[in-house]
Amino acid sequence: MSNDDNSHNKNKPLNEKPLIAGNKTVKDVTDDISSLVERVPGLKWLMMIGGAKALLLFYLCVLTAIIGIGMGLMGVNHPVGWGTDIVTFVFWVGIGHAGTLISAVLYLFRQKWRTSIARSAEAMTVFAVATAGIFPIIHTGRPWLAFWLFPYPNQRGPLWVNFRSPLIWDVFAISTYATVSIVFWYVGMVPDFATLRDRAKRDSKKISNAIFGALSLGWRGSTRDWSHYEMTYLILAALSTPLVLSVHSIVSFDFAVAQLPGWHTTIFPPYFVAGAIFSGFAMVVTLMTLIRIAVPVFKDYITLDHMELMNKIIMTTGMLVGYAYASEFFIAWYSGSQYEGYAFINRAFGPYWWSYWTMVSCNVLIPQIFWIKKMRRCIPVMFVVSIFVNIGMWFERYVITVTSLHRDFLPANWGLFDMTFYDFGALVGSFGMFFTLFLLYIQAIPAVSIAEVKPVLNTGKEGGH
Amino acid sequence: MSNNKGGVMGIFTDEHTILTAAEKTRLKGFKDFDAITPYPIHGMEEAVGVKRSWIPWVTLIAGAAGCLFGLWFTWWTSAVSWPINVGGKPMWSLPAFIPIIFELTILFAALASVKVMIFVALGLPKVDPPVVDLDLTSHKFGLFVSERDGMYNAREVQAWMQELGAEAVHEVGEY
Repeated sequence: MSNDDNSHNKNKPLNEKPLIAGNKTVKDVTDDISSLVERVPGLKWLMMIGGAKALLLFYLCVLTAIIGIGMGLMGVNHPVGWGTDIVTFVFWVGIGHAGTLISAVLYLFRQKWRTSIARSAEAMTVFAVATAGIFPIIHTGRPWLAFWLFPYPNQRGPLWVNFRSPLIWDVFAISTYATVSIVFWYVGMVPDFATLRDRAKRDSKKISNAIFGALSLGWRGSTRDWSHYEMTYLILAALSTPLVLSVHSIVSFDFAVAQLPGWHTTIFPPYFVAGAIFSGFAMVVTLMTLIRIAVPVFKDYITLDHMELMNKIIMTTGMLVGYAYASEFFIAWYSGSQYEGYAFINRAFGPYWWSYWTMVSCNVLIPQIFWIKKMRRCIPVMFVVSIFVNIGMWFERYVITVTSLHRDFLPANWGLFDMTFYDFGALVGSFGMFFTLFLLYIQAIPAVSIAEVKPVLNTGKEGGH
Repeated sequence: MSNNKGGVMGIFTDEHTILTAAEKTRLKGFKDFDAITPYPIHGMEEAVGVKRSWIPWVTLIAGAAGCLFGLWFTWWTSAVSWPINVGGKPMWSLPAFIPIIFELTILFAALASVKVMIFVALGLPKVDPPVVDLDLTSHKFGLFVSERDGMYNAREVQAWMQELGAEAVHEVGEY
């Protein structure tokens, strides 16, 4: 049973509260989490995936049109040559970063509360990066030549890629990030697949046994196995931590290395990383709220305490992002450069003022509601705030990309950017892809790490450790 | 771990019992034995007498290899194989290559660590591994003493397991 609002635990410090509610035994954990994978999907899940798949089909149609007919369908033109594709790419990559933060950085800091949400956060990373990866490829205009982005021996010289370009750094950063995230995610799942394999064998389900048997690689769980396994997991966490920081720094270099006012800023790498964590945690809250609705048993694993901690991180990183907005303005004035100064005045009061103020309200003002404890612990409030943060963070990338490009040094070079139906279609449709993948994951893979939750089961209980 | 050799396995139902059982078994003088647990138990490595994992050495070597490969590759492609003047920058522009070198370091280190862990250290994948108790990946714990251990005597080990508080004791033909 869920004891979410367990009042006598409410005011205890975190390390004295049970991380998992409902007084579960080790066997209960196995049964709870495995049974979700083993059962026939429920009506709520079917309805959700129905909607997500419809959106995915729409997305595929939009992409087919853009690839088949051409990039002219989208709004990018002179002078705004980077539009929805780049904005949405940065948005989705940023979403992914909170997953790595939860699974790797919090692991290094030995934050035990991460165990309940780490698997889903890592899944979110993998799917967000997959969704993101499509956009720059579409943006190239000739996606069928995307393999040219990689330096491979070829018969054109061989002609190599230009390693001095931030765009190539991006190719390496994103593909390394995707690879390491998938490997990290899979390594974490191996012992759980072994659990599912043995349950399938017990119930003599041949197909499940074969699938989970192959996925578990024949895992056995001896002390020697665990010793190497835990060391590798620690190493992957330690490698993912600088990796995740490098990825969004490199994404920010795509802008910061250019000389355009509004892009040419040294604050970009930390500012982008803070924004990525901010938007990613908001997406985790959105997804966890939905998981708690779709699968009520997870309320015992993903408790209000978990949600509250994430809301605190959202508020903190929201203020970090707000600080970056302010310091950008300060530096624009302090630099004495008229172009830099104009770029920022134009952002806030030019033709795109609405996007700037949407960004500020969603990212800086709205999360301030989390100063109030009641609001941090209120599911409907945090759901709405997390949606606003996601909207705000999409607009942040819109502001950076579009408002900087639309008026540069020469007034003769000025112009406006309008999103077409295909821009909106690609943006909205990408959510269909993301949610379809995430819903399939919820049904097919244990959404909470069975082997990681068991050791923290007694945390915060009487006589526990 | 002794692969595909027989022995005796005791099944335990409690985390603390298995931990003390492993400790006692080691102190009694057994060497070729191991605990099978559904999740990592704090202190079990010391109790069984497992040495610290050597995987970090793999990470170090592979990371260094990735770093050197990145350094060589960016230099060779940009300055040797087909030098192209891009914006008047030097052919070998090391600072601009650092992001590539860094990513390759991480990629090599991570993939090599995982591959070596799975294929070498753990000896996986195993098709249809022998099963003693299906609950060993759920909520039960096993203590396995291999017949290759110098002190092994099937009957004595079985009695020892009972003494340690095993719920069940199995003689295993192959594990």
